[in-house]
Amino acid sequence: MRVIDYAVKIRVKPDNSGVVTDGVKHSMNPFCEIAVEEAVKLKEKKLVKEVVAVSCGPQQSQETIRTALAMGADRGIYVEVSGKDYESLGPLQVSKIMAALAKKEEAQLIILGKQAIDDDCNQTGQMTAALLDWPQGTFASEVSLDGDNVKVVREIDGGLETIRINTPAVLTADLRLNTPRYATLPNIMKAKKKKIANVKPADLGVDLTSRLEVLRVDEPPQRQAGMKVETVEDLVAKLKDAGRV
Amino acid sequence: MNNELESRLCASYEIYCLRGIVNPPMRHVVYMLPLASLGVVGICKIYTSTVYNLKATRHFINFHWGLSREEGTMSALCKARKVLDLCLTGCRSLSQLAELPETHQLLRQTCRDYADRELAPIAAKLDKEHVYPAKQVKELGAMGVMAMEVPEELGGAGMDYLAYSLAMEEISRGCASTGVVVSVNNSLYIGPVLKFGTEEQKKQWITPFTTGEKVGCFALSEPGNGSDAGAASTVARQEGEEWVLNGTKAWITNCWDASATVVFATTDKKLKHKGISTFLIPMPHPGLSLGKKEDKLGIRASSTANIILEDCRIPLNNMLGPRGAGFKIAMQTLDSGRIGIASQALGIAQASLDCAADYAHKRTAFGAPIGKLQAIQFKLADMAVAIESARLLTWKASLLRDAKKPFTKEAAMAKLAASEAATFCSHQAIQILGGMGYVTDMPTERHYRDARITEIYEGTSEIQRLVIAGQILKEYQS
Repeated sequence: MRVIDYAVKIRVKPDNSGVVTDGVKHSMNPFCEIAVEEAVKLKEKKLVKEVVAVSCGPQQSQETIRTALAMGADRGIYVEVSGKDYESLGPLQVSKIMAALAKKEEAQLIILGKQAIDDDCNQTGQMTAALLDWPQGTFASEVSLDGDNVKVVREIDGGLETIRINTPAVLTADLRLNTPRYATLPNIMKAKKKKIANVKPADLGVDLTSRLEVLRVDEPPQRQAGMKVETVEDLVAKLKDAGRV
Repeated sequence: MNNELESRLCASYEIYCLRGIVNPPMRHVVYMLPLASLGVVGICKIYTSTVYNLKATRHFINFHWGLSREEGTMSALCKARKVLDLCLTGCRSLSQLAELPETHQLLRQTCRDYADRELAPIAAKLDKEHVYPAKQVKELGAMGVMAMEVPEELGGAGMDYLAYSLAMEEISRGCASTGVVVSVNNSLYIGPVLKFGTEEQKKQWITPFTTGEKVGCFALSEPGNGSDAGAASTVARQEGEEWVLNGTKAWITNCWDASATVVFATTDKKLKHKGISTFLIPMPHPGLSLGKKEDKLGIRASSTANIILEDCRIPLNNMLGPRGAGFKIAMQTLDSGRIGIASQALGIAQASLDCAADYAHKRTAFGAPIGKLQAIQFKLADMAVAIESARLLTWKASLLRDAKKPFTKEAAMAKLAASEAATFCSHQAIQILGGMGYVTDMPTERHYRDARITEIYEGTSEIQRLVIAGQILKEYQS
């Protein structure tokens, strides 16, 4: 997934319809990097045969796929979505595309990042699993593939939960699953020769119309200056004044 | 040449050029078809997918030949195969200077990410504590950065010098000391062995040094001569099946952390600089000892010291290249090394510009961010121009080297421009940061100290000027 780089300062567009994306540095979603790393690790352990990197979006998404290829993916599939369709592209549309591709490619395992750092939806993985009627192991912090099933240790609010699910399955990667590798220079050279197939959503029979409409995007309110108080009584009084207590 | 045929070919050529969305493999098929029909021989050179922008080719050709569009690209190409070669080299240089190929962009981004995440956070600590970045060097080795030009069979990354220059710049932007470790290993140690070594020597002296586990160093300078490299007083005499070396080498970067060194010693004093030969010595080795680590102004995380040779014995086949070729090997090695150091200087300069520009946005004075003041704006503009011009010189030198064309003058120009840009930019960056630039809380003081050496090592700025002048005078010789 190609998102605005995590280190970039985000600015809201003057018309409040979204954030500024033109000319802004984009890179692979950090959780997706972790997902790619896990897939490449599984291939290195010889537990999976082929790693296919998929991205949906405008032309520049192909760079993201190339990065995945440089990390060790075998081939890429680029789903062309641009213009108005891209602006309204959300988890539901992406999961429809993923489901269609999974059926077409006869995939055994779909590994996604748990959420994208631009919209923080945390829905694509779950929706994809539902559309395919596959089991899901989300927020994975440890994955062990064993024949026709997967043991997944999930990070949940209360701690860690271990589940065993059958393949084919959908997994979403959480932060502590692994540390993504830096692409080595020879792999960057090899990535140039790997294939990226070009697919249109219409070819997959996917309808991209969105059921959501973004009404307005605003910046968070400016941080107000704080106040120092001398005693606890003062603090409580001030909090009561501000209606917080 | 049939005018009608020509104009038809030109028209179709134009369409292919203008379309601009033809994939690289398609491009050279398209390019070859019209040329094949014209019977132009030797189009094998076009197979290189570096002919990215056919429009650039056309413009370059037209500019070079002063032809109008109507006369057409085809007639120019028909005129001489030499033109084609010239154009393609020019085209490659021009288009690559304007926009890097995709692999190089990806490589640059990877190195930048690594430098931002792993080097920049620890650079201040490495500098303060004079600590060699062993872990980072190993990680860079795993990425292939420690042996970028070395072919894959020997364990390297098999990339070109432009890629090396880009990687060096990004690494140095994070930490200049790590940059110099990478540069010395790549250009000064592996460089000569790769170019002048036998297959056996390459396996023995290059392959273990590609992973970052081991690094090498380059011992040319002596306490008695730096710029005057021809006056090497270290001697090597043959005794049976061994060479015995005696002498002292000074200012050797990496030596305390190195596992081998390239040493230059006189084998025939009477032949003066034609009597110098090159030797490979493993470290540690009996007869080779290290002087105390110099306490330097900058690049403190890399070690610099003397190498003392006292009856140091090495096998006969540790000689690199033919006897008496030492001076030539040293000069050619330094030519390439200059591109590495120019890139290091660019990295330092860019880091100081980044810091200064960021500060100019944030610091307010007289009621507004100081970036609004013309004095600051002019400084930033001058810094940016200095960096960009030095960068283009460096890229040009790299591209010429990759094309196996003479690049001595361009490499000297690049090193001169980049090192002077580094000292200028780091100086101005401190000025923009004011008092904040003088303290260790901000990296600008470290950039100022790191930049200074780039004007001195691997050929002082004065030597660079002599080299450039020598080349220019040769060009104008009637």
